[in-house]
Amino acid sequence: MKGLLETIIRGLGNGSVYALLALGFVIIYKATRVISFAQPALMLAGAVAVSYLAEVTGFYAAVILSALLIALVALGIERVAIRPMVGRPVFVVAIITLGIDVVVRVVVNAFIGRDVRQMGDPWGFTQVSLGPLVVQSRWLAMLLVTAVLVALLFAFFRYTKYGLAMRAAAFDQETALAQGVSVGMVFALSWGLAGFLAAIAGMFVGTGQGVEQLTWIIALKALPAIIVGGLDSLGGAVVGGLVVGVVESLFQSYQGEFAPWLGQNFAVVSPYVVMLIVLLVRPYGLFGTREVERV
Amino acid sequence: MTETTRSAAAPAAPDIPTGRSHRVRGRPLLYTSYAQDMALLDTRAKRVWTGLLVVLAFALTVLLQDRSLEVLATAYVMAIGAIGLNIVTGYAGQVSLGHAFFVAIGAYTAAALSGPVDGQRLGYGIAEIWIWLPAAGLVAAAAGVLVAPLATRLRGLYLAIVTLGLVFLGEHIFKEWQELTGGPGVGREAAVPQLFGVRLDQDGPLGTKEQLLYTLMLALLIVFAVAARNLARSRIGRAFAAVRDRDIAAEVIGVPLTRYKVLAFGISSFYAGCAGGLLYTISGYVEPGSFSLLMSVQFIAMVLIGGVATVSGSIAGALFITLLQPLTRSLPSLVPFVSGDTTQTPNVFQVETVLYGLLIVLFLIFEPRGLFGLWIRIRNYWKSWPFSY
Repeated sequence: MKGLLETIIRGLGNGSVYALLALGFVIIYKATRVISFAQPALMLAGAVAVSYLAEVTGFYAAVILSALLIALVALGIERVAIRPMVGRPVFVVAIITLGIDVVVRVVVNAFIGRDVRQMGDPWGFTQVSLGPLVVQSRWLAMLLVTAVLVALLFAFFRYTKYGLAMRAAAFDQETALAQGVSVGMVFALSWGLAGFLAAIAGMFVGTGQGVEQLTWIIALKALPAIIVGGLDSLGGAVVGGLVVGVVESLFQSYQGEFAPWLGQNFAVVSPYVVMLIVLLVRPYGLFGTREVERV
Repeated sequence: MTETTRSAAAPAAPDIPTGRSHRVRGRPLLYTSYAQDMALLDTRAKRVWTGLLVVLAFALTVLLQDRSLEVLATAYVMAIGAIGLNIVTGYAGQVSLGHAFFVAIGAYTAAALSGPVDGQRLGYGIAEIWIWLPAAGLVAAAAGVLVAPLATRLRGLYLAIVTLGLVFLGEHIFKEWQELTGGPGVGREAAVPQLFGVRLDQDGPLGTKEQLLYTLMLALLIVFAVAARNLARSRIGRAFAAVRDRDIAAEVIGVPLTRYKVLAFGISSFYAGCAGGLLYTISGYVEPGSFSLLMSVQFIAMVLIGGVATVSGSIAGALFITLLQPLTRSLPSLVPFVSGDTTQTPNVFQVETVLYGLLIVLFLIFEPRGLFGLWIRIRNYWKSWPFSY
C-alpha cells in the first residue's frame, strides 16, 4: 500500500509535467486548429536555457527568464512560419511545425553537446517524508507548480480581456474577428503561452536526471495525454496528463512483477496503449467535443 | 462511372467515340476519347522522354561506380515506400505518421523467411525473392488492414497521433522480440535476395553485387510506380480522391468510406512492406532502432517535397532526400566552416538534419506542390515562351 501510494505520487509528479506540455498543445490547437509538433523542441530549448542561465542568475530567476525567452522564440516561430499559412490545410501546418521542431532541436543540441547538462535545481533527488510515505521532493514541486500555473491559466481565460478574446476566437474565428478580436494576436498569444509552459515543463524534466539530446522524446508523451483528454479541452489536457503519468508510473513499478512478458521498459510505451484503448471507446477522448459536420 | 456502364452505354450514342481512337496529328492536347484522356503517356514527347529516362536509368548500371549505384538503389527502394505513403496520405488523404512501422514489418517478414534455418534468429531459409517479397508486402498489408478500423473512426490529426503511437509501440515490440530482430544494437542479417538460384547480393558472372541490386531495385520501382499510376486512375483511385476531398460528400454519392479507407491503408502498407523487405538487402543488416519516428518523417518529407498525390513526385522526392545525405557528406571539402567531425558544432550531420527540416518548411510555404510543382512551372514557362502567360 505504501509502495503503491508512493508510485502514484511519482506518477502525479511526472503527469503534471505532461499536463503542462499537453496544455501547450491544446492552447495552440484551440486557437489555430493545428497540433504543434514543435513543442518537444521548445521544451528542450527551455531546459537548456535554464541550465545555462542558472549559472549566471541563480535557479529561480533563470526559470522565469528562460520561460519568457522560449515564449519569445515561440512568438517568432508563429510569426515567421505559421502566420503565412493561415487558411491552408491543418495537416500542412502540422508538418511545418514538424520541420521547425527538427531545425530547432539541432540548434539546441549544439548547445547541449554530448554530456548531460544539470539544471542547478534545488530539488535533485532529495527525498521528503509525507507521514509514512517517502517521496522525492521534486515530484511535489512539480505538482505544486503545475497546480498554481493551471489555476492562473484558467483564471486568465476566465477573467481577463485577452482570455475572453482567446475563448471567442477558439469558438468561432470569423465571428470573433467581426466583434473586433484580433485573431492574429490570439494566434501569437497561444504560441507564446505554449512556449512558456513548454519551457517550465522542460525545466522539470531536467530536474534530477539533467537534460541530454534524447530528452525531447519525453515531450511526445503529452500527445497521448491530449488524445486521452480530448484535443480541445483544457481540463482534459490536465486530466489526460495526470492519467498518463500515473499509468506510466504504475507500469514502471509493477509490470516487471505482474506482466514480465510485456518486455522491459514497457512503461515508456504504456501511454500509447492507454491512448489506443480510450480512442476505441471514445473517438474524441474523454472530454473532447464531438465534431459536428455540416454537410 | 464504371467500365461496364460506359461500354454498355456506348452503342446507344455512336457520335461519342469510345475506346482508343486515333489522335489528331499536330493537336497534342485534343482528346477524342476517355481512354486518351486517361492515358499515362498521352503525348509523343512524354513517351519519348519517359523511354529515354528508363533507358538512361538502366544504362547507369554500367556508367556509374558501385558506390553511387548503391546510393541510387537505396533511393529507388525509398521511392517505393514513398509511393506507398503517397497512396494513403496523398491520394486517400489519411495522414499516416506510422509508415516506419509497416516498413519494419516488411523488413522482418522478409528477413525471417529468407534467414538461415539453423541460425541464431528466426529463419525459414526461403531465399527466393519472388516468395518473400510478396509475403513481406502481404503481412504488412494485413497489419495495415488491422490498423484501419481505427482510421475509419478517427479523422485528421487524431489519426496522425494514433499512427505516431503505432511507431512507438512497434519500436518497443521489435526491440523486445529478440529471436526475430536480434534486439537493439545487435540486429540481425537482412533478407537474402535470390532470384531463380542466383544470389543478387554477391558479385557474380552477371555483374557486381551493386549492379545486380541496382537493376533489381530499378525494375521493381518501375513495376510499383506503374501499378500506383494505374491504381490512381482506376475506380479505386477516384474513390480515394473523393474520400480525400470531402469524406461526407463521398459517402453521400455512394463511396463506401470504411472499405476504401481500409483498402488505402492495406495497399499503402503493402508498398511499405515491400520497401522494407528490399531496403536492408543492400546493407545486409537490420537493426530494430532504425524504424523510428525519424524514418516516418523522412517518408513524409519525401512525399511533401516530391509532390502530394503524384507518383513521379514521390520518386523525385525520394531521390532528393536520399541523395541529400551523400551531398552533405561532401560539404566539408567544399565549405571550410562545416566540419566532418561530429564533436564540432557546425558538422555535416547537423547541416543534414537542418536541411531536412528547412526544406520541408520552405517547400510547404513556397511550393506546396513540391518538386512536381516546380517541374510543372518550368514546363509551362517554356511551353508559352516567350509569353509569360
